[in-house]
Amino acid sequence: MKRIFLLTMLAALLLAACAPPAAPVPGEPADNDIDNDALVVMTHDSFAVSENVVAAFEAENDVDVVFISSGDTGAALNKAILSKDAPLADLFFGVDNTFLSRALDAGIFEPYDSPMLGVIPDEFKLDPENRALPVDYGDVCINYDKAYFIENDLPVPQTLEDLTQPGYAELLVVENPATSSPGLAFLLATVAHFGPDGYLDFWAMMEDDGVSVTDGWETAYYTNFSASSGRGPQAMVVSYATSPAAEVIFADTPLDDAPTGSILGPDTCFRQIEFVGILKGTQHRALAEKFVDFMLSTQFQEDMPLQMFVYPVNPEAQLPEAFLKYAQVPTQPASLAPEDIAAHRDEWIQAWTETVLK
Amino acid sequence: MRRFFSWLPALLFLGLFFFYPLAKILAVGVGSSLFIAPESLQIGFRALRFTLYQAALSMLLTLLVGLPAAYLFARYGFRGKSLLRALTAVPFMLPTVVVAAGFNALLGPRGWVNLALMNFFELQSPPVTILHTLGAILLAHVFYNTTIVIRVVGNALVHLDPRLEHAARLLGATPARAFREVTLPLLRPSILAASLLVFLFDFTSFGVVLLLGGPTFATLEVEIYIQALHMLNMPVAALLSLIQLLCTLAFSVLYSRSVTRTVVQVAQRPAETVVRQAKRWRERLFVGSMVALLFALFILPMAALPLRSVSRLEAARGERAIVQTGLTGDYYRELFVNRRGSRFYVPPIRAAYNSLEYAAITVVLSLLLGFPVASALARPKRLDRLLDPLLMLPLGASAVTLGLGFIVAFNRPPLALLGSPWLVPLAHTMVALPFAIRSLQPALAAIPERYRQAAAMLGASPLRTWFAVDWPIVSRATLAAATFAFTVSLGEFGATSLLARPEYPTIPTAIYRFLSQPGGLNYGQAMAMATLLMFLTTAGIFLIEKLRLPGAGEF
Repeated sequence: MKRIFLLTMLAALLLAACAPPAAPVPGEPADNDIDNDALVVMTHDSFAVSENVVAAFEAENDVDVVFISSGDTGAALNKAILSKDAPLADLFFGVDNTFLSRALDAGIFEPYDSPMLGVIPDEFKLDPENRALPVDYGDVCINYDKAYFIENDLPVPQTLEDLTQPGYAELLVVENPATSSPGLAFLLATVAHFGPDGYLDFWAMMEDDGVSVTDGWETAYYTNFSASSGRGPQAMVVSYATSPAAEVIFADTPLDDAPTGSILGPDTCFRQIEFVGILKGTQHRALAEKFVDFMLSTQFQEDMPLQMFVYPVNPEAQLPEAFLKYAQVPTQPASLAPEDIAAHRDEWIQAWTETVLK
Repeated sequence: MRRFFSWLPALLFLGLFFFYPLAKILAVGVGSSLFIAPESLQIGFRALRFTLYQAALSMLLTLLVGLPAAYLFARYGFRGKSLLRALTAVPFMLPTVVVAAGFNALLGPRGWVNLALMNFFELQSPPVTILHTLGAILLAHVFYNTTIVIRVVGNALVHLDPRLEHAARLLGATPARAFREVTLPLLRPSILAASLLVFLFDFTSFGVVLLLGGPTFATLEVEIYIQALHMLNMPVAALLSLIQLLCTLAFSVLYSRSVTRTVVQVAQRPAETVVRQAKRWRERLFVGSMVALLFALFILPMAALPLRSVSRLEAARGERAIVQTGLTGDYYRELFVNRRGSRFYVPPIRAAYNSLEYAAITVVLSLLLGFPVASALARPKRLDRLLDPLLMLPLGASAVTLGLGFIVAFNRPPLALLGSPWLVPLAHTMVALPFAIRSLQPALAAIPERYRQAAAMLGASPLRTWFAVDWPIVSRATLAAATFAFTVSLGEFGATSLLARPEYPTIPTAIYRFLSQPGGLNYGQAMAMATLLMFLTTAGIFLIEKLRLPGAGEF
């Protein structure tokens, strides 16, 4: 009875199904589908770079660079691991030291001894085989609301132990290490400082003092933190050492001083280092090598700070003025060996969850 | 045979873009010994218990608000009705992070409600603490899903012949009894359909639980997200996904069993004849209090966003408590400036354009695929009943699992689709399709067969019959289906973030990008972008509902 109608529908559907590869979506540039000669870089959502910097590389090497990003660090890395038999890209950027062992164990990278590695300090080179090469670093630190501490005549805590002192109850918001990368980094800082046997006592005290926990950085910073635009209830938040600089650069009204500061005591910060690697099975090995060299060159390294709010690993790169003025670098950041993190991460997160959330 | 052909497009589509990638990704996890380890099962059991509990509670509360609201919109005419109706659909597509910001501005520790109460009663601490409680999850679920009940049940109600109720009244039934024994049984299929959709949405709830419920609550979907993307533990993620899918399948089977038994064919009436003005004081009270409730529930939390997008909070140093507000258009202006010369900068118009384009493709695809299936389901035979529950499965599949499935399934020829912008509307269609079918099916089922037979007797061709009989009656349901597809696509974030290319962000992905860095300007721009999204959706829904389709004028 409705045969004609159904046949029309079917024909329309078949047409629609056949169309995509041939016809680009109207109004979008014609190079929608990644063309075979392009150099493809897989990365996470937070990746950003200046147009002119990439354009310079593209012009010099006569190649298009395409970035595919998916979710946060974990999502992007999982994507790379799951597709390792038929890699979607030539390079992967954005695996950090908390996930590094996972990436190396999965064998997604090919080693590359970049000539640029000569200038990079050894502290950043965590993979002796150079499958993953360091590109940038940043410190996860506690940010505090300067105005709150002045108003209430309260000294700013200087160490992790200070946080458990009277007067700081209910003032800190942290992210859940099971769902957030800065949350995990801060948990690792406490493990590094108090040791695998002591960190839970610290967290039990923090729990008694009413520490707030959110799922991720966005909620912690914009909903809970009192110095952000969200005007939340907590005066301290786990964020990054560069966040105060970002507050100045992205201020509503020009500011001459950052409204927030970072607590830079011993082990209060955890250093995250991000790596790039050439994906196994790339068809563009030579170009991929050039891109790695380019990422380590001063041109790219000087572009990163204001794009991604991270520090260059190349010491020859000049920092922007706002960084020199408002961002601080901790002198004694906490760190743990990537193998340690890989071996115990799940167990530490589990124990933390039992202590703080249950 | 004909029935088989009605199913073919939808089944091909689901087979290729749902079952195939899902099977691929589950296969990654199933082989491992962790898959059925006791501790994995324990995680699954714990998450399942909470998931069922909150979903059942949320569904009941949503029906409690949604059914009277559906009655209000179907039976009464009042000023601002279309706008209010369109606004109730807006939450459905708002990204959770934005809704969380709205609720926080309203009910948070320094929200309007608490500030007002603290001022009035001179309290020291905020009296309302709802964030990070089960209450916040339930409230948000009602906020999100009431529109499903309003649309699905409302459409059935609006075409119900009021003479049936009148007849019952004439025979001496009280209004309550007439409603209970006449109207309610006739509405049963649509109420069941709406309940199932609401339940499944609450069952797979993710952002709401994560952001508003806080880290002490975890549904299956949240647990899958943690296991798959943060622990990189695919076996456990696969197990949880499978539990979630099986539950979805079970609910859908239950649903299709109970619904196919209860369809009653009745003569339908044009919508105009059942809408009336509230005259008696009881009716006025009902209309007045429902409008007030909907206003408080839907407009207030959303009003915070546009307000925030044009106001600047300037706190003088050291006087954080005194927040001065100033009006500003800066955030909107700033949206059009590529201040950092970024490769991935996209003007808001472009993001809006991407979003609208994806939404338009989603609408067309879901209607094309949904219509034949809904027609077959309207007069179900054995085959239809068997296949029916499969359609709901995409609603129960975790976006994370499916997104990862796409990566495993479509990364090499001949299906090297990754990176193609078509994947985004395809993924959206999968979520929108069950809505389209469930909106169309009750309407199609209620068309008396003798109308069609009469048309055929009078010499109309099948096509003509369809246009002369089916179409005028289902055109409203088609609009509802289109509205759902449109909003689902505009607001979808999970799958989009895994599949979209950074050069082609949608509005929700653009909002998240702003919120991922500190600074007042970023926050303001996120609010401005969210306001744009709200405006676009409201306008879109408003237009869809106002659209008078040719031949549909009477109904």
